[in-house]
Amino acid sequence: MYPSFFLLLLLTIASLAYMQGKRRAFSLTGLAAGSSRLHSRPGYYGLLTALWCVLPPLLIFVFWLAISDSLLIAMAMKTLPTSLQNLSLDQTDLLVNNLRNLIAGHVAARDIDPVLEKAAEQYIGLQHISQMALGVVMLVTALFSTFSVYRRICPEMRARNHVERIVQISLVLCSTIAILTTIGIVLSVLFESIRFFQQVPLTDFLFGLKWSPQMAMRADQAGSSGSFGAIPVLAGTFMISGIALAVAVPIGLMSAIYLSEYASSRVRAWAKPIMEILAGVPTVVYGFFAALVVAPFIRESGELFALSVSSESALAAGLVMGVMIIPFVSSLSDDVINAVPQAMRDGSYALGATRSETILRVIVPAALPGIVGGVLLAASRAIGETMIVVMAAGLSANLTANPLQAVTTVTVQIVTLLVGDQEFDSPKTLVAFALGLLLFIITLILNVIALYVVRRYREEYE
Amino acid sequence: MLVGKKESTMDRVNRGLARRYRRERWFRLFGLSAIVTSVCFIGLLFVSIGANGWSAFQQTEILLDIHFDTEQFDVDNLSTANYGALVKNSMQTLFPDVAGRSEKRELSKLVSSGAPYILQKMVMQDTGIIGSSQKIWLPADDEVDMFQKGYILRDVMEGDRRLSDKQIGWIDQLFAEGRLEKKFNSTFFTAGDSREPELAGIRGAVAGSLFTLAVTLVLSFPIGVATAVYLEEFAPRNRWTDLVEVNINNLAAVPSIVFGLLGLAVFLNVFGMPRSAPLVGGLVLTLMTLPTIIIASRASLKSVPPSIREAALGVGASKMQAITHHILPLAMPGMMTGTIIGMAQALGETAPLLMIGMVAFIVDVPTAVTDPATVLPVQIYLWADSPERAFVERTSAAIMVLLAFLISMNAMAVFLRRKFERRW
Repeated sequence: MYPSFFLLLLLTIASLAYMQGKRRAFSLTGLAAGSSRLHSRPGYYGLLTALWCVLPPLLIFVFWLAISDSLLIAMAMKTLPTSLQNLSLDQTDLLVNNLRNLIAGHVAARDIDPVLEKAAEQYIGLQHISQMALGVVMLVTALFSTFSVYRRICPEMRARNHVERIVQISLVLCSTIAILTTIGIVLSVLFESIRFFQQVPLTDFLFGLKWSPQMAMRADQAGSSGSFGAIPVLAGTFMISGIALAVAVPIGLMSAIYLSEYASSRVRAWAKPIMEILAGVPTVVYGFFAALVVAPFIRESGELFALSVSSESALAAGLVMGVMIIPFVSSLSDDVINAVPQAMRDGSYALGATRSETILRVIVPAALPGIVGGVLLAASRAIGETMIVVMAAGLSANLTANPLQAVTTVTVQIVTLLVGDQEFDSPKTLVAFALGLLLFIITLILNVIALYVVRRYREEYE
Repeated sequence: MLVGKKESTMDRVNRGLARRYRRERWFRLFGLSAIVTSVCFIGLLFVSIGANGWSAFQQTEILLDIHFDTEQFDVDNLSTANYGALVKNSMQTLFPDVAGRSEKRELSKLVSSGAPYILQKMVMQDTGIIGSSQKIWLPADDEVDMFQKGYILRDVMEGDRRLSDKQIGWIDQLFAEGRLEKKFNSTFFTAGDSREPELAGIRGAVAGSLFTLAVTLVLSFPIGVATAVYLEEFAPRNRWTDLVEVNINNLAAVPSIVFGLLGLAVFLNVFGMPRSAPLVGGLVLTLMTLPTIIIASRASLKSVPPSIREAALGVGASKMQAITHHILPLAMPGMMTGTIIGMAQALGETAPLLMIGMVAFIVDVPTAVTDPATVLPVQIYLWADSPERAFVERTSAAIMVLLAFLISMNAMAVFLRRKFERRW
């Protein structure tokens, strides 16, 4: 691999540059002792030289990475006969795809179109040249910028300030990644969603009662138009999350209360890590457990009471998901309960209240905003949870209120629609992004409210 | 004299006291049972995974006398010789009275369909064994394995089980002759994925997980620490930094699958990166674990007392020197603990990796970050979907391996915290 070799070479040159810069700084102090004191410690001169050696070539490298492929493809396409160059956009895309497959060597030898083959050879040849050129350019810039900094090293040079400036700029750049991530999420989901809503009206998606995201190959086929009503999917999501919260909130809250108000420190030292284990188990393990143990158990116990229980019932997925978010609820409520001032407890005891009365009438009402915030965060976690429902809940979108039937969720649909090969112009694929947008908005609203409530609550008692 | 009749406050309190104490006891019991429920659930989870999975560490093997017949190797290319026939012939010599096409086929089904490849490998390594006879332990088919482990029951109707009565007879005979034994399943740790349970292993998935985690660690640790240092030490209090903070807190609560959508739309479709590659998986997981690392690093920077900072500045260090020479080293244990916890999260994450195509069926063990690969949790998901009974125990065994990794990572985090935690 050429590029990685260049990067290694660059690192070697940079370490040489560091040593040279440092040596030069040392030699400057030796020249006229006393008269010329260095502005910075010698290491900073070395560091500055090394940074200037690495940064400009690195910028060139990133630039090359970004444009080289599309440029090379365009140049390779130029070699095709003119009849192939003036095709419609779609056909050109197809041709480019074929070309790429050819370049990657994915095509069996007998189906190769000689014209394309020539283009592919052209591409590979050009790629070779461009990599060589990149190497030379990177090397020359590295040497040039290193040398120009090296020559300017003198006792008055403010090397430390230069280095610190560069480091500080890179710190600022790192902190923008969080913002870029959010923008990336919003744009990527929004962009594909808009393409979806160009084909299917927004109202159909938000208020439609039927979900069957199939698109037919031919117009006259049975069930030729898919229907993209998100209501059944949302209903399924909320039902499973509701079951999960119904399990997790009482258990999580009660264990937080017990641990912070009743338990001795020895019990706490044991119980807290165990709750943390519950939080650390990967969701795929919970999903496997739900499908292997819980779902059959619920189905068999349903049969005892002559109930027909689907093997992918909402109840099984919801129960296991509830267990998954118990530690979440309990650790958040633990925090808020501990934040309630001791004076309120003491006041209540002084009036003769028992412990449980103090908890139910004083502590829980005081901690309520924090607890609600925690529950909202847990709800957002439950709505966005994927693996448990993918493995234990169903695929069919039933609009039902019966937890013993199979329902489907937003995340399950996203996974089933997007796993495997996709075509990015059919509503069937794009609807997954619309669902993703819906999921992002719902969880965003829950998170923002929850974070706001928790923050307000903290300020109240600080 | 009505005054004496009126009940005093104490009487009223005493009357209700028994009821209130009863309530107190019930409440306390309720709290205790909540904890016991969680603990029981963990116990149930671990026990059921362990009970299902421990048997996967053993695999039934069959001892066969393979005669490497010279006639079979009378071909141009040794790797194309008919190795399947060698296995079949040796089974035939063990059971000479088996006749008829379908019976013979049933007989040869007892040995794994991967056995010929094992023989092929042996011959390719040492051509000297051609012409000789060797006693070789070969893996049995997964149905035989399941039968030996008691998952296929003898007393069900023949039509309801995957082995015929005849096959069970042969298995019993082999067992009586000492030719059938359960041995340590080393294939499980050395092979990549396979459609045949007895040939499937987790090595490919483990390697994929390690590559993905390496990419995640290399990117997320420096970026996370840099962001935390900037926000905690340099950032002015203004709208921009508020926005960054709100963003980070919010990103920590965004569903992981949304990060997968980002990876699919941006890294794969816009940047044209390869599908199924640990590189892309690592990038997505980096974005996902960054908030965890940033939040932990900031907390750890905050816990360094201001006197250290001021002392460094007082003796003439620049702000950057105070940070790199004094504050960062003191905050490092806390940052590393946060990073390990973030890495543990990333190791167990599945959903975003499904979006970027790391669910493909990949047999080869990846050797670079751009090779197609899968990761351990995704392998668990894939096996959990497979219909063969033998994959259930392998799924559980893979979960045991994953949990072992996670527990040791978390234990390391706890150890670091205990060892370097400092109260100022």
